[in-house]
Amino acid sequence: MIYLKLIWSYFKIGLFGFGGGYAMLSLIENEIVSPGWITEKMFTDIVAISQMTPGPIGINSATYIGYVAPGEAGFDGWWWGILGSLICTLVVVLPSFLLVTFASRYIRRHHDSALVKGIFSGLRPVVVGLIASAALLLMNGANFGTENSDIIISVAICVIAFCTVYFTKIHPILIIIAAGFAGWLIY
Amino acid sequence: MSATYFQLFITFFKIGLFTFGGGWAMISIIEREIVDKHHWLDREDFLDLLAVAQSLPGILAVNISVAVGDKIRGRSGSIFSALGTILPSFVIILAIAIFLTPDTINGNPTLVSIFKGIRPAVVALIVAPVISSARAAKIGWKTIWIPVVVALFIWSKLPVVSNPILWIVLGGLGGYIIFRQALSHRPDAEEKGGGI
Repeated sequence: MIYLKLIWSYFKIGLFGFGGGYAMLSLIENEIVSPGWITEKMFTDIVAISQMTPGPIGINSATYIGYVAPGEAGFDGWWWGILGSLICTLVVVLPSFLLVTFASRYIRRHHDSALVKGIFSGLRPVVVGLIASAALLLMNGANFGTENSDIIISVAICVIAFCTVYFTKIHPILIIIAAGFAGWLIY
Repeated sequence: MSATYFQLFITFFKIGLFTFGGGWAMISIIEREIVDKHHWLDREDFLDLLAVAQSLPGILAVNISVAVGDKIRGRSGSIFSALGTILPSFVIILAIAIFLTPDTINGNPTLVSIFKGIRPAVVALIVAPVISSARAAKIGWKTIWIPVVVALFIWSKLPVVSNPILWIVLGGLGGYIIFRQALSHRPDAEEKGGGI
């Protein structure tokens, strides 16, 4: 049953989603894209749409994937999609409620303890690896094309976009719009 | 001055509706609304909550909404503020999902070419935080192997070792063990060191 699988996956994503939206992407990739519930292309498109719409990437992806995944699994009709959206969005925030209300007391009391400090000193480099893995996983044929001419253009767009976002203060939304415009002109 | 449930909901709804990018972009706006504008919390309390919210897993913006709502109006307050944060994203993305299905994108040559341009740029947007987070985590020559190993194993898609949850648990566990050893006194270390 697709809904039970979605619940289990998004619960894990919410529970182990340390390090913010980009680090969460590797979890989503592992839980949702690898089993084949959505395609690589769709996954990248969701990230693009998340950047251009308000709100956290975790919520945006849960809502979008919750809508699309039942359809991909053969549950045709928009009501199945809306049900999936509701379920995924609620499940991904559920750990926040449980942890903020229960664990916050503990963390506030033991903020300087070896346990809490040690755990986070170990998590920090892992989070860097999680974000890097999301970037590596997305550098694939679905996003860069399979023909040589496409790959060259894609790499060029990627490098220019990277330099722009890294060296200037131009907002990511503008970069995505510019890249979309470039795609429309070139292809 | 205390807030009603409705005020909490509306305030977080506005924040959810007008903040692009989530996470840290949201935090400064939440701080401005809750501390400076409405005076529902003083800055010190807010920063305490923020410290807790960012050390917990989950979506940062949701964590801080739950923590602030809980502090101001208890359990129900946390539900109203979290709903406010979530609802704008949910409605907007749902509308996009309904009207911009993968078939719509693939069936429209203009959209196909636009998305072909967008996808490599999105990859670049994820490469950039790799470097900034590495700097923030003070990754040096001694620790660079950790993110490299983690990223390569997840990328490999091999069974078990490609699961990010494994690395999160190992990271937390490893950090705890190393930190405790660094703290422990010399005599303890000598007692333990009978083996090899």
